[in-house]
Amino acid sequence: MTDLSDLYQQIIVEHNRAPRNFKKLMHPTREAEGANPLCGDQIKLEVELSGDTIADIGFQGSGCAISQASASLLTGAVKGKSTADAQELFRAVHAMLTSAPGTPVDTAKLGKLAALAGVRQFPVRVKCASLSWHTLRAALESAAEPVSTE
Amino acid sequence: MTTVRNAPSADPRPTFDVERVRRDFPLLQTTVRGKPLVYLDNAATSQKPRSVIARTEQYYATENANVHRGVYELSERATAAYEDAREKARGFLNAASAREIVFVRGTTEAINLVASSFGHQELQAGDEVLITAMEHHSNIVPWQLICAERGAVLKVVPMNKRGELLMDELARLIGPKTKLVAVAHVSNSLGTINPIAEIVRLAHAQGVPVLVDGAQAAPHQPIDVRSLGVDFYTVSGHKMFGPTGIGLLYGTLERLEVLPPYQGGGDMIRSVTFAKTTYADPPARFEAGTPNIAGAIGLGAAIDYLGTLDWDAVQAHERDLLSYATQRLGALAEVELVGTAAHKASVVSFTVRGVHAHDVGTIVDQEGVAIRTGHHCTQPVMDFFGVPATARASFAFYNTRADVDALVSAVRQVTRVFAG
Repeated sequence: MTDLSDLYQQIIVEHNRAPRNFKKLMHPTREAEGANPLCGDQIKLEVELSGDTIADIGFQGSGCAISQASASLLTGAVKGKSTADAQELFRAVHAMLTSAPGTPVDTAKLGKLAALAGVRQFPVRVKCASLSWHTLRAALESAAEPVSTE
Repeated sequence: MTTVRNAPSADPRPTFDVERVRRDFPLLQTTVRGKPLVYLDNAATSQKPRSVIARTEQYYATENANVHRGVYELSERATAAYEDAREKARGFLNAASAREIVFVRGTTEAINLVASSFGHQELQAGDEVLITAMEHHSNIVPWQLICAERGAVLKVVPMNKRGELLMDELARLIGPKTKLVAVAHVSNSLGTINPIAEIVRLAHAQGVPVLVDGAQAAPHQPIDVRSLGVDFYTVSGHKMFGPTGIGLLYGTLERLEVLPPYQGGGDMIRSVTFAKTTYADPPARFEAGTPNIAGAIGLGAAIDYLGTLDWDAVQAHERDLLSYATQRLGALAEVELVGTAAHKASVVSFTVRGVHAHDVGTIVDQEGVAIRTGHHCTQPVMDFFGVPATARASFAFYNTRADVDALVSAVRQVTRVFAG
């Protein structure tokens, strides 16, 4: 039995309403764009690296609540982290989103991001949640092509 | 043999018995997420009556053989059933001859066929093809492809904020360079019913042929290609209660006879040598390879089914659904309707303030309500209205006011979730 309150948790609804780091950076050193053609979700992610540290990060875009909240949560989670730690977080989020519903979530590692676990019960919406994370990885690896989750 | 859909019913029922009709559709009896299915995505595809499902099964169980090939009894039986379906399709569209009916995969293939065959023959550099602002991608992209190849120009008739074509602009845009007008009979994302007979009159006055995308019209109203005066008309079987993968291209014999083939292969030739191949007459010229035989026969059964309905009553019922849904959704403060043309089919597109259409779709699905959310393969329409996507409820004759009530209650749930 799927549960809407798992998908649209308070924190998701709140981050969608007031996304964090929804901004354009003055001095981005990395950037990437992502799109989910099925939903029309679009995101542009900018990162300012200081050495190997994500000194600042901002996103712009539009889309469903899941995609916007996920991007907002992402920026909060990786700001101040090393790129290696951000990559590790990408892997943890990806593993969570693609695991079977009910699989235990590593809340110690994921923190607030664990709120995205409810998406697992809605397979067609997993791409909405993962879009910003794929875009982050593309930005960190400076992929030249826009990311698509189709 | 022929459909009675366009003829007055011999035994008109005083009212439309929707509950009786619903029993003909097995899928409408199912539940999703523990709730009775409320299927409101008919513009994407319609459900199938038992008679269509049974006819398809009967074909595979008792008639299956390739058509137009074998000299044996079974092949003759399959060919007769396939050609009988063509005759039913002729009656459905009120075409003059069954030779004007080409079986295709659907509207998309029908438009690609005309874009390719007509385009290669008629379009020169600087020529123009005229489409409209509310076309489905399938009536945009084939023309972009052929125009790019031929150096022709694609022109677009604008619409107003209600989703109605600007007919003055349409008349102005048809000029000496216009080679074809391609227009939707009914808009899939807005529901607008376009004035086809008037468009044909304007185009023909300049000697310009007209192709009509009838995919969204055929499920809602009787079609009469001769009274409309169109040169080409296309429908998709699966949107009119028939199988997927089958559709119709109607073309006047005058047009079809001079068009070059679309695809090459078996069944579309008169004779083949390595030096020269001559092509069969229409419609065979445009049906290369083994066709979707079961699909065509299933579509024939769908046409038979539609022929049993009293279409004045069906249309009155659908008008009631449209006005009831428009009134009830329109009464919700957070809902904005997209597409408010004076003449509409039973399609209601809307947005919920502050909520993306996909979130709307996911939440109403929890209530068993199936609607389409997204751009509906009409991205230019979404751009025009300044929205990334809409939610769309599209009704068929088997829907009820109770379905509308379920939708409205589910949309209220959207507001509750996002108020959280």
